[in-house]
Amino acid sequence: MSDTSVQDTGQDSLRDTPRSAETPPQDHQPRTQEPPTTTGTPRRPLRRLGDLLYSGTSRTAGILILVTLAAVAIFLVAQSIPALTVDPAELKGAPTSFWVYVAPLAFGTVWAAALALLFALPVAIGIALFISHYAPRKLAQGLGYVIDLLAAVPSVVFGLWGIKVLAPGVQPVYAWLTENMGWFPLFSGQASGTGRTILTVAIVLAVMILPIITALCREVFLQTPRLHEEAALALGATRWEMVRVAVLPFGRAGIVSASMLGLGRALGETMAVAMVLSPATVISFALLTSSNPTTIAANIALNFPEAFGVNVNALIATGLVLFVITLLVNSVARIIVNRRKAFSGANS
Amino acid sequence: MTTATLSRPRANPLTAGRLPRWAPWALLVTSMAVSAILFALVMLSEKSDELNLFGILLVGAVLYAVLIFTFAWLAEGHRRAVDRLMTTLITSAFILALFPLVSLLWTVIAGGLARMDSEFFSYSMRNVTGEGGGAVHAILGTLQITGLATLISVPVGLFTAIYLVEYGRGWLARAITFFIDVMTGIPSIVAGLFAFALFAMFFGPGVRMGFGGAVALSVLMIPVVVRSSEEMLKLVPNELREASFALGVPKWLTISKVVIPTAIAGITTGVMISISRVIGETAPLLIIAGFTTSMNYNMFNGPVMTLPVFVYNSYANPGTDVGAYLDRAWAGALTLILIVMLLNLGARIIARVFSPKLSR
Repeated sequence: MSDTSVQDTGQDSLRDTPRSAETPPQDHQPRTQEPPTTTGTPRRPLRRLGDLLYSGTSRTAGILILVTLAAVAIFLVAQSIPALTVDPAELKGAPTSFWVYVAPLAFGTVWAAALALLFALPVAIGIALFISHYAPRKLAQGLGYVIDLLAAVPSVVFGLWGIKVLAPGVQPVYAWLTENMGWFPLFSGQASGTGRTILTVAIVLAVMILPIITALCREVFLQTPRLHEEAALALGATRWEMVRVAVLPFGRAGIVSASMLGLGRALGETMAVAMVLSPATVISFALLTSSNPTTIAANIALNFPEAFGVNVNALIATGLVLFVITLLVNSVARIIVNRRKAFSGANS
Repeated sequence: MTTATLSRPRANPLTAGRLPRWAPWALLVTSMAVSAILFALVMLSEKSDELNLFGILLVGAVLYAVLIFTFAWLAEGHRRAVDRLMTTLITSAFILALFPLVSLLWTVIAGGLARMDSEFFSYSMRNVTGEGGGAVHAILGTLQITGLATLISVPVGLFTAIYLVEYGRGWLARAITFFIDVMTGIPSIVAGLFAFALFAMFFGPGVRMGFGGAVALSVLMIPVVVRSSEEMLKLVPNELREASFALGVPKWLTISKVVIPTAIAGITTGVMISISRVIGETAPLLIIAGFTTSMNYNMFNGPVMTLPVFVYNSYANPGTDVGAYLDRAWAGALTLILIVMLLNLGARIIARVFSPKLSR
């Protein structure tokens, strides 16, 4: 469509003279003048100044977004390069190389986000099903708003809550778990005295990504064809069997994409992790001890205000690693969704 | 004949072999009571004076799930037992999610009310080390930075949405759609790093300015604005556009006088939701806008304090009087939540009241 406005550049001399100057009457002029012009050659679309401005501005806005994204990539890469080329001894903690510096952070990022998703996904699917198929119809929308309230809470507030309420609350449970279930590798080690462990962080992150996963799953579940549901019920299925054979298979692609988006959100979450976790530079699966792998984002937030020299570049480089990780997760989500779309019957 | 059938109470074959309607409720009350008694006993034996409400409900719910499953299995068979179990689990998933919400709102309100006084909204933190002081510099900074970010994001986002819906065909539109998806996934801290890297190139290392914060927030805000506006513009029926074209109205006038007015309620809602999304962002502002204790009206020079950073900083760097700083942190958190909720509420009201009634 935009091509048509570009094609007829030869007509410029015809157009430019009177019409672009006048505003409202010009809409009528072309109509009255046209019959004679259409006799010989096929009619060309008119080009008005307003149209040109509009299509030009809107296309510029779109291109600006592409430029911004390119700028994000270019500036991050440009500022990261010094960190990769410099003598690693100058970096904080004097690691043997930049990759040794970033590895525990990347591990912590993925580990915390994966745990958060593990906790959030079943609960989110439950809530979405409750709102879409179980709650009384009149209450359902109000209940949806209640869950959306969680999305309205800023992440610093979650951090404050996690450290002041959740961490002290779960600490006795952690102590009990390490004493009685210490044989289980995840619960091994000495329980943290403050409760500020990676498990607490994962719970906070799970609460934070709950509303987004719930909202998306709810949308998908509500789109289940009524006929599928009624067919299942007519065959004598109980409500759960109806959900299992009609709703969940229909919503599978939606669930996958929702959880991937939630994972992406958890990967990039900064403040809650920075505030709640007591960080260390380790790669460890232990959930309850006081030496926890920290995440890339939290590490940046904690160290950036005081960083100087090449350490700033190193932090930006870790940010780039985070960007790549989230990009991979989001792309995988999109590929899964696009592939599933063909089979899910969503089009029928 | 009719009297005979009426006089027999359990003749209804449709309800035979099912638990009576009151049974689940009775089981629920029983299991909660048992759980409460259990916890009360533990509390007495350990001489602690705090009753663990969450624990009571958790144990009670587990007990109820076991009981209802067993009873339903015995009376109704396997399939209905599973159905009842899943109903229990799904309902408790919802109730489980309410716990953090209620707990969070309760702590924020309880902690924040102590300092929700006039001083908090009229003083900055300049030369304040102990009690007193306020967050007016942070509130002002938040409004300035978010306002500037909105000023950048809304035109860019809206025009991109117009391009995608009204003009965009071919590879450029596909590329923009794809990269907006990518942009949605940018972690907020990476947006902050980008703004820092950008401004550090021009102003040297260690740059802190409010405008950078606005740029970082715009990076986060633009994709949300584009997505929501695009959805809203797509909802405008094609018949309206065709009717307008048929009357000889040019395309740009059709868009600005027909399409956008029809979708304006939805677009406003989307913009407000996107503002509420970025107004609570801390990480990018911590990096590029920095923190200060004074008012700073100049967006292009020196650090600007914002409300989320104020909350974080009050918690992370308390002075000698930790209690006063924590009180201010909670009050700041409460203010922030109130702003975000007002924005959300306003968006919902606008969406409900002003949206055109499409007959669909």
